[in-house]
Amino acid sequence: MNPAMVIARREVRAYFNSPVAYIVVSAFTIIAGGIFFFFKFFLAQEASMRGFFESMPMLFMFLAPAITMRLLAEEKSSGTLELLITMPVRDWQVVLGKFLAALALLVTTLLLTLVFAITVRALGPVDRGPTIGGYLGLLLMGGAYMAIGVMASAFTKNSMIAFITAFAISFILFIVGQVTQFVPGPLQGLASFLGIGNHFENISRGVVDTRDVLYYGSVMAVCLLLATLSLESRRWR
Amino acid sequence: MSDLMIEVEGLTKNYGYTRAVDKVSFSAPHGEVLGFLGPNGAGKSTTMKILTCYLAPTAGRAIVAGHDVFDDSLEVRKRVGYLPEDTPIYRDMTVVEFLRFAAEMRGMERDKADGRIKEIGRRCGLSDVAGKLVGELSKGFRQRVGLAQAILHDPDIVILDEPTSGLDPNQIVEIRSLIKEIGREKTVILSTHILPEVQATCSRVVIISGGKLVADGTPDALRARERGGRYRVVVESNGVPKDAIRDRLASLSGVTRCEAIAGEDGSHAFAIDAGSSSDLRKPIFRAAVDNRWTLLELAREAASLEDVFRNLTTGEEVKS
Repeated sequence: MNPAMVIARREVRAYFNSPVAYIVVSAFTIIAGGIFFFFKFFLAQEASMRGFFESMPMLFMFLAPAITMRLLAEEKSSGTLELLITMPVRDWQVVLGKFLAALALLVTTLLLTLVFAITVRALGPVDRGPTIGGYLGLLLMGGAYMAIGVMASAFTKNSMIAFITAFAISFILFIVGQVTQFVPGPLQGLASFLGIGNHFENISRGVVDTRDVLYYGSVMAVCLLLATLSLESRRWR
Repeated sequence: MSDLMIEVEGLTKNYGYTRAVDKVSFSAPHGEVLGFLGPNGAGKSTTMKILTCYLAPTAGRAIVAGHDVFDDSLEVRKRVGYLPEDTPIYRDMTVVEFLRFAAEMRGMERDKADGRIKEIGRRCGLSDVAGKLVGELSKGFRQRVGLAQAILHDPDIVILDEPTSGLDPNQIVEIRSLIKEIGREKTVILSTHILPEVQATCSRVVIISGGKLVADGTPDALRARERGGRYRVVVESNGVPKDAIRDRLASLSGVTRCEAIAGEDGSHAFAIDAGSSSDLRKPIFRAAVDNRWTLLELAREAASLEDVFRNLTTGEEVKS
């Protein structure tokens, strides 16, 4: 088995051995469900998951850092990184393994939210396209948020600092896409392209555009690359 | 290919402006237990981190198991087992889970790994705690898990950073005998600042101080290098004043220091330091006969590794 997969499996097991994952995942599901049903679904009076998807770019800002904050920071502070990295494994494999573990937890969380979709379906006919598109978008956008979190965790020894850094980066990427009307004309296009939530809006309408997929793919690639470089920096500092 | 498992040449490591390791060179042949000795902060851990590919050297090179630690680090890491200082092991895994994880990371097949884990677990005395969480183990057991992890994949070279620090005397004895056993088949490097450890386990010693290599040899050879010696003399007091005896002993040629030390009732005891390697026992005996002292005790204490170490690492009497 690839070392990245070995690391991912260890991490996933560590998640489910600790109460933190259960608390984070269930808190997320409860809050997401509460916001969806009480503030969106019953007000809109239509059988659609749109209200649920709308709140996700915001809620992921909390979910992702909470899941990723300890991934590398804790390895550094407890010294286990030294043991891990002196095994025959490349630095990018360590980063990828951690990222895959975070993705696995994201998928678990999203599976739990399928309960909402089933509930909505019981109340009325649901448009299939946007729902499937929405979940696909959540995976892509969630991946980008998780990659940001893994990167932030690679930068520091302190999980709390990793959380705040990841939150700050996600928040900036999110807000840039929300305030396009305050940006000077020529930059508006750029601002809305950089916005991490904007591409999700497209996908959750059921329109999968390569531009949007490419955006999330690039965010993941850049963040994981920076995380790898940060790990490697111990060798040339 | 040469028989040398480790070849280090002019190894230098800077942390910012401070130089942690300064042009250190040494080598170790197959099957040697090499003790890495030095005061805290001498650069032992840094050197080990370079040998295990955790850090890269600023200058110089290190060939471990025939591969360069910088250019070919993956190959080096496959052939090295490493126990970092303070035994950092995931506390949320059981002993077996952790060893399985280590085996998988080393690319071992599941069936083979399980058999090997059982065997190593027995050798390291882990059978009774196999299902326990690492975080719940005592320091001694955690250390054994660390050792088991380091030899699990049957590496050519085992590098142990302070494997006995923080253990109680019984645990120390156990870990040492384990290390000795490992050393029968493999090249072992262990760092320590505890001298008896070196005498008990190592076939060769490298002493570093302030990042520099100051001595390299067998424990016996290092002891022999320390010239001079220390004598202990006890004389029955019957009426002879202490100062007179001391002055007489101090006047013997070759004595650099003579000091009265506490003795039993009715006797005077002295500690004598000699500057040269010539034997002072005869002159001391003759002085006693000439002055009609009753000699109760006369002993030469050979220089201990402690003396060598202290001299080499405190900057006094540093010899080439």
